[in-house]
Amino acid sequence: MAQRTIEIIVGLFMVAGLAALLVLALQVSGLSPKAAESTYTLYANFNDTGGLTPRGKVSMAGVTVGTIESISLDKETFQARVKMSIHSEVDNIPADSSAVIRTSGLLGEQYIDISVGGDMESLQAGDTFYSTQSAMNLERLISNFASGK
Amino acid sequence: MGSTAYISLKDVVFSRSGRRIFDGITLDIPRGKITAIMGPSGTGKTTLLRLIGGQLRPDSGSVRVDGHEVPRLKRKALYALREKMGMLFQSGALFTDLSVFENVAFPLRVHTKLPEDMIHDIVLMKLEAVGLRGARHLMPSELSGGMTRRVALARSIALDPELIMYDEPFAGQDPIAMGVLVKLIRDLNSSMGLTSVLVSHDVPESLSICHYACIIADGKVIGEGTPEELKAHPSDQVQQFLQGQPDGPVPFHYPADDAGKDFGLGGGA
Amino acid sequence: MLDRIASLGRLGLDIVASLGRSGRFLAGVLSGVPRPVTGFPLLVKQIYAVGVLSLAIVVVSGLFIGMVLGLQGYTILSDYGSEAAIGQMIALTLVRELGPVVTALLFAGRAGSALTAEIGLMKATEQLSSMEMMGVDPLRRVIAPRLWAGFIAMPILALIFSVVGIWGGMLVGVEWLGVFEGSFWGNMQSSVDFVDDVMNGFIKSVVFGFVCAWIAVFQGYDCVPTSAGISSATTKTVVYSSLAVLGLDFVLTAVMFGDF
Repeated sequence: MAQRTIEIIVGLFMVAGLAALLVLALQVSGLSPKAAESTYTLYANFNDTGGLTPRGKVSMAGVTVGTIESISLDKETFQARVKMSIHSEVDNIPADSSAVIRTSGLLGEQYIDISVGGDMESLQAGDTFYSTQSAMNLERLISNFASGK
Repeated sequence: MGSTAYISLKDVVFSRSGRRIFDGITLDIPRGKITAIMGPSGTGKTTLLRLIGGQLRPDSGSVRVDGHEVPRLKRKALYALREKMGMLFQSGALFTDLSVFENVAFPLRVHTKLPEDMIHDIVLMKLEAVGLRGARHLMPSELSGGMTRRVALARSIALDPELIMYDEPFAGQDPIAMGVLVKLIRDLNSSMGLTSVLVSHDVPESLSICHYACIIADGKVIGEGTPEELKAHPSDQVQQFLQGQPDGPVPFHYPADDAGKDFGLGGGA
Repeated sequence: MLDRIASLGRLGLDIVASLGRSGRFLAGVLSGVPRPVTGFPLLVKQIYAVGVLSLAIVVVSGLFIGMVLGLQGYTILSDYGSEAAIGQMIALTLVRELGPVVTALLFAGRAGSALTAEIGLMKATEQLSSMEMMGVDPLRRVIAPRLWAGFIAMPILALIFSVVGIWGGMLVGVEWLGVFEGSFWGNMQSSVDFVDDVMNGFIKSVVFGFVCAWIAVFQGYDCVPTSAGISSATTKTVVYSSLAVLGLDFVLTAVMFGDF
């Protein structure tokens, strides 16, 4: 076969590889080209984060509005401090909204749901949620139920 | 012959996997002549060519080619020296994925920066010299054994070397192909002034074209000289080899235990 | 008894010696500066031989493995009523593990054995030797392009394998078993991370490609130049490559996804 033909076929092969990488990036891992969109940071303190993990989603009314950046322990209050980055276009979260840890399905992964309040003021970058609701701990729930408390 | 020696080996000792193949070989190969190196199969004649080409290093002794001490050459100098050598392998060793034309053009493309039309002309000249100009589009798999060897010969003279080594050029060839090769080797030597080294065990063909011959056996040179001198050589071993007698100083039997013992007779104890 | 111990020791020494030879061999191949003008066409030709020609088997295997994953995953996940997680399961399995590993095993069988046999035959017919006598280093001229081609082609094949596999899984899951397409992709996208999953899988395939190509060209170059020697070298290529891929996969998985 002519060298030229081989070069073209190999070129197509490389392009196919690149296309496969793009499919994996965009379609499979959901990396959107505007991944570097601007966000702002909010904090929330929880008594128990349960199985919450970084990269988990933050949603409002079921719509993803941000991701969990990091989870650390506040050494003074012994509470977990969760750092979230929220998409900039969602800039009017009422100041008295609360952050609730929920589970998708019975055994699915845990995420933070922002349950909306009624305040006219909205949370600014760097603010902390005033009220939070910790993870529902299935084990504790059952033991509480069993001991009749 | 001193200064006219193109290759000189002195006290070369070489052993491979515990077996001593050369045990102090001293040999001078004159410039511009055809030298035949003969000997029974398995005496390391091909190994000798590889020592000259620097593919193997001797355990001790010196191998000088054109004034260079081959075993001590650095990689780069060795590769430069090899450009002055051509070697015809027993199997021809053509590159099976290239056509006849590209095979002959290969050394030119690698070692020179000649323009394409010049390479074309040189390749056709070399193929013409071996009588295969018309076969340039064939692939190596389409060639007969004799043609393969002729193409390989054209390839080894592509860079106009000073030295050409033939490894068993006549082995397994029909009489016509053999006659062609004998003629080619002789013509190339006289027209290009090459130094030729011919390794073979085909006695009549080798003696008919060489100016000088030497016979190797048991890791040593057992006889050397012009073909006439060799034919009158006093050694029984040389005579046995030249005349092809089945038994003599080189025994017919491979060394073995006493036959009676092997067959379970004799002894009786 | 003493003989057996001695032969065991010899075997150990043989293994160490062949490791040493392969290391020196690799250094010899990589030390040459690639010459772009003459080297590039050779490389392209080899990528064609080891990459493009392996495409068919990789695509077909990828498709079937993806479809099987779809079926098996559906059967198991539907017990828990979470068929929608099938996309996530297929994508993670393929991208992290099966893509690189199965492609490498196929690559060793399809391209690696061919490389070994080709180089072994070139050695047996004295082509390598004659090249050396022409003042051309076969390590650079013959071996290097093949090694690089394997190194380049293997990750591309693994990527294609994963994509085709996911597509095959979707075919079974969505088109056939009726999982809702939105949740198929949605679940997948929320659980597959580009850097952690896709890139780590890619790194695996790069490592596997290099190791497979190295083993293949070394076995060819180091073989005993007879027909028996070439056939045993070809077998060794497939066996050693497979073992190396599976072993390295464990090590890489532990480093990448393990919690240390």
